[in-house]
Amino acid sequence: MFDFFADQPLLPTIWFAVVGFFWIGYITLDGFDLGVGMLMSRLFAKNEKERRLLLNTIGPVWDGNEVWLVTAGAATFAAFPLWYASLFSALYIPLTLTLIALIFRAVGIEYRGKKDSARWIAGWNLAISLGSLVIAFMIGALLALTSTGLPLNANGDRVGGAFAWVTPAVLMGGLAMVGLSLVMGLAFVALKTDGEIRHRAHTLLLRLLPLLLLPVTGWVLYLQFTSGKALSWAFTVVAAIAAVGAWTLLKAGHEGKGFAALASFTVFGVSAIFLALYPNVLPSTLNEAHHLTISSASSSDYTLTVMSWVAIFGVPILLIYQSWTYWVFRQRLTVDHIPTAHDVTELARRISK
Amino acid sequence: MDPLEIARWQFGITTVYHFMMVPLTLGLGAVVTGFYIAYIRTNKPEYKRMTKFWGKLYLINFIMGVATGLVQEFQFGMAWSEYSRFVGDVFGAPLAMEGLLAFFVESTFLGLWIFGWDKLKPKIHAACLFMAVAASWLSAYFIIVANSWMQHPVGVEMVDGRPVLNDVWAVLTNNTAMVAYPHALAGAVQVAGGFLVGIAWYKLWKRRRDGVDTIGENGKVVVGQQVEGARDTTDFTVWFKSLRIGAMVGLIGFLGTAFTGHSQAQLMIEQQPMKMAAAEAACHDGTGFSVLSLSSPGAQNCDEVQAILEIPGLLSFLAYEDFTTNVAGITTLMPIYEETYGTHLPDDPELYGERAGSEIDYLPLMEVTYYGFRGMITLGGVSALSFLYVLWVTRKKGEGTVPEAKWISNLAIAGILAPFGANILGWVFTEMGRQPFVVAPNPDGNPAILMFTAAAVSPGVSGFEILFSLVSLALVYAALMVVEIYLLAKYVKAGVVAAMPELVEDPHQDDHDDRDVLAFAY
Repeated sequence: MFDFFADQPLLPTIWFAVVGFFWIGYITLDGFDLGVGMLMSRLFAKNEKERRLLLNTIGPVWDGNEVWLVTAGAATFAAFPLWYASLFSALYIPLTLTLIALIFRAVGIEYRGKKDSARWIAGWNLAISLGSLVIAFMIGALLALTSTGLPLNANGDRVGGAFAWVTPAVLMGGLAMVGLSLVMGLAFVALKTDGEIRHRAHTLLLRLLPLLLLPVTGWVLYLQFTSGKALSWAFTVVAAIAAVGAWTLLKAGHEGKGFAALASFTVFGVSAIFLALYPNVLPSTLNEAHHLTISSASSSDYTLTVMSWVAIFGVPILLIYQSWTYWVFRQRLTVDHIPTAHDVTELARRISK
Repeated sequence: MDPLEIARWQFGITTVYHFMMVPLTLGLGAVVTGFYIAYIRTNKPEYKRMTKFWGKLYLINFIMGVATGLVQEFQFGMAWSEYSRFVGDVFGAPLAMEGLLAFFVESTFLGLWIFGWDKLKPKIHAACLFMAVAASWLSAYFIIVANSWMQHPVGVEMVDGRPVLNDVWAVLTNNTAMVAYPHALAGAVQVAGGFLVGIAWYKLWKRRRDGVDTIGENGKVVVGQQVEGARDTTDFTVWFKSLRIGAMVGLIGFLGTAFTGHSQAQLMIEQQPMKMAAAEAACHDGTGFSVLSLSSPGAQNCDEVQAILEIPGLLSFLAYEDFTTNVAGITTLMPIYEETYGTHLPDDPELYGERAGSEIDYLPLMEVTYYGFRGMITLGGVSALSFLYVLWVTRKKGEGTVPEAKWISNLAIAGILAPFGANILGWVFTEMGRQPFVVAPNPDGNPAILMFTAAAVSPGVSGFEILFSLVSLALVYAALMVVEIYLLAKYVKAGVVAAMPELVEDPHQDDHDDRDVLAFAY
């Protein structure tokens, strides 16, 4: 089962796993808060109090979650500069849109409540919900394209123009990440809130879970049938068990365990994709000789050794303090917890107590 | 459309914009941490108000720095893929360290601070803020390390035509970074000082204009109270202390930039003589320079040139002491550059596009380096003088407040921009002064370890694509700049109550006290 590792270099293999770890961490953690962001649309949230409640469930943690993306990008740059350079330059236009969505979403979360005006709030609410949707779709598309390949020449540059990346893989990966985020978001809302909205999220989750997980399942299976290995198939099976387990647990009302099972599904499912891709990191659809692989795209062993020490020191500490944050803010929230909205200009006209 | 020119404009615009948020985040974060620690130690109400108010402005600005920082990381790969491939073995590492060791800490602990009021014990809560701010300073270190490697590549050897890391400590302790880092931090501290001074001055002036504070017959200030908006006597103390602390912090920042700037100039003469020549070329040119030497601490820089004259080997080019013959300084350097690094770009259209085989101009844009350098020093110096003035006006405790004149208050607000301008001009000078290189060669290292900017842009990306991102990012940035300034102004006008509704709010009226309401919510 593990023989396919045997003839591959060790340090690039480890760093392929580390980069995969950061991407999976991002998909799992930002997955649910992107989902919550999408749920802030009028399609799910009934009124302003509910939208603020949703926002505050992710309030203390969303920024820390987003750093997983930053670090996934930077770790790719450090460990596989050729992968980073080819992928990011090939997807120039979609990444520009992703950046704009990331900017608007982040600023929207912080600025939304800073002025008591319906237009202001509606505008930033759209920035958050639509921004979350665009980010999830684009990141899913990016990862799908790195797993299925891009038209790259010998130098690793995209051929075929600015839109050469438009393939069915974009839709597959994009919908996969959007569906996954919505499932995780609904499960998180059911876990983190109480009252009517908790039950609405729970009911909707049970109804939509099979449908929303369909695209990601399709992506995982597609990779298994094209380049699967015994180990990646094993991960696929575990992911399938986790998905069924999640549905059963959620149906029985175990929101915490159900959420954990969904997270396991994400971890094993995305791992199965990365394992199937290995030892490629970004295949070329033009010529097998142009495939970027863990050996052809990686940094030197010295750099990877240095970065390994940084990761050995940094990752465990990171996991400890991020877990602590979730512990500090473990309380379930209800609409009653949300303080009255203020406009600061109006406050300044009020009389002191 | 020339992808290189568009990509350079994009990098310049997005970086300058990002670096308007960054120094304020670095400097103001440290100041707010100081206020919070002072509150925990003394329990004085003004320190709590200062923490809350300045902390609110800090957060409004912080998020813009985060949002625009993502663009910085992504665009190396998007627009500069050839650069990323060439330097990836060494350049990616500090960025990954920044993410893993600094940015994670910063974002996570800041979330704990924002939402942790009344939830965490005060000391732990303050420790969270401290961690977030310390991590932002560490983050700046890693970014400066990466940038300094582009100015002065160390710790690498050439393997198969690419620089490969062989000594990470040399990169982390690059002497260029060791002076650039404190210089950037000192600049950030001065930005925070100017921000405090401008806003606190305005708030004190507003209290006088609204008749809250008056001047008694003995010439001393009579601090009044206004129940509306909680403009009580503590409110006066908030602004008075903010003003004085701001001026002191700003002066410390200015002195820091002056001392570290001096060391930087000395290193630059050795490491990037052409950049220094371009910056100093006009130094001894009659009137233009003498005005500068008389009117601002910029005079120190010509003294620096004098001091550097003592370094052997550089004497020949520094001997030409005025502008007309100073060109000879550059003409002395030019043949050395041409001999060492070539007269023409390699004839490789794959890498250099239409510039393949063209002649290399080793002189950076002189107007930019010359005026950028002087503009930086002038703005920093003028701002420092204003801090001295503030300290003089407020020198007697319990007696002074700001003058009644509106124009001084307007000037104080405008003065906030001076240290920002100095920061921006400093970066523009050092980055454009590095041209035509994106990785400037190390005179003591392997002369093959360099990269011309012309070779760095993504070969597979069209000018249209880069223009698309340049236009859309510029529009988004411009719109968000308006929004950020609007919000900052709104919060400044409202004053402390903007960050502390509890000062004017009856808890029984707004929120039923049997409800367990969050201390902070978005």
